[in-house]
Amino acid sequence: MPDDVVVGEIITCPDCGSDFEVFKLHKNEAEIKPAETVGEDWGE
Amino acid sequence: MSQSADARGLNVNRVDAKTISLDSNWGSTETQDKFGNIVLQRCISYFRGLHTTAFLESKGLEVINSMDVSLTCGNKLLTTLKLEKANVPTPRTLFSFTAEGAIGSLQTIGYPAVLKPVTGSWGRMVVKLNDKETAQAMIEMRSKIEGPLNQLFYIQEMVDRPPRDIRTIVAGDKIIASIYRHAAPGEWRTNVSVGGKGDICKVTNELEDVVLRAADTVGGGLLGVDAMESENGILIHEINNTVEFKSAASVCGVDIADEIISYILDENRR
Repeated sequence: MPDDVVVGEIITCPDCGSDFEVFKLHKNEAEIKPAETVGEDWGE
Repeated sequence: MSQSADARGLNVNRVDAKTISLDSNWGSTETQDKFGNIVLQRCISYFRGLHTTAFLESKGLEVINSMDVSLTCGNKLLTTLKLEKANVPTPRTLFSFTAEGAIGSLQTIGYPAVLKPVTGSWGRMVVKLNDKETAQAMIEMRSKIEGPLNQLFYIQEMVDRPPRDIRTIVAGDKIIASIYRHAAPGEWRTNVSVGGKGDICKVTNELEDVVLRAADTVGGGLLGVDAMESENGILIHEINNTVEFKSAASVCGVDIADEIISYILDENRR
């Protein structure tokens, strides 16, 4: 977990490669949930 | 961008479009209280961003980029039509609405050609059609995918170009940064998402002229304008509405995030 992580950030598990979204931060702990899968309309 | 805004002491409210509930009964003041007086739209989902922008604009908020700009840039067919009408150089493109029509378009434009989805990003579902056999298979496959957007066949000439394109980040009437995106070995697409590598690009007079005209043609704002170097000069093949800049930021030596914040502040003052 990066030190400057922010709510909404996507982080990747270094072991399994799964993506997670940080949805809550309190003090030095973050709560994460599985990130949305890439949608058909995602991108720039 | 959050860090740049924080460094300037700006009051930034980051709203997650995945969890919001927008109420048609809200007035403009109530909406502004919740969202701020100027909004930068950064939804990674095009349709989610388009509809939240529509709501916010309807309540009197300024959104970068506007609904009209988002609508145009998120649809390659609409973008091509605007560029053509404004005489901004762009590859020749044919549009069809059935598999049969698409095969007819390919007979007209010849091979190789490029089949792209009208919406979508990161090079997804962009395919090079080298010959009739490949084309028929890809057209048939595409026509079988559910959804009306998949029945829009955007077929473009294959432009003879170096194995790279140019991504230019534009804010209003200013070029912030420009990079080459070199295609990965064995890949013809230049998207960073499929292995494209960024390299600084010197902005020539021609590139500046064509890019800024293209940005203005679609309505302006914060845009990622993509160009190719053809035998006949610079061609604009795509304009991105929610431009990403990780690659550009790593090679061009410009604080892109801070330039974007400056642009937003300038817009807010108008």
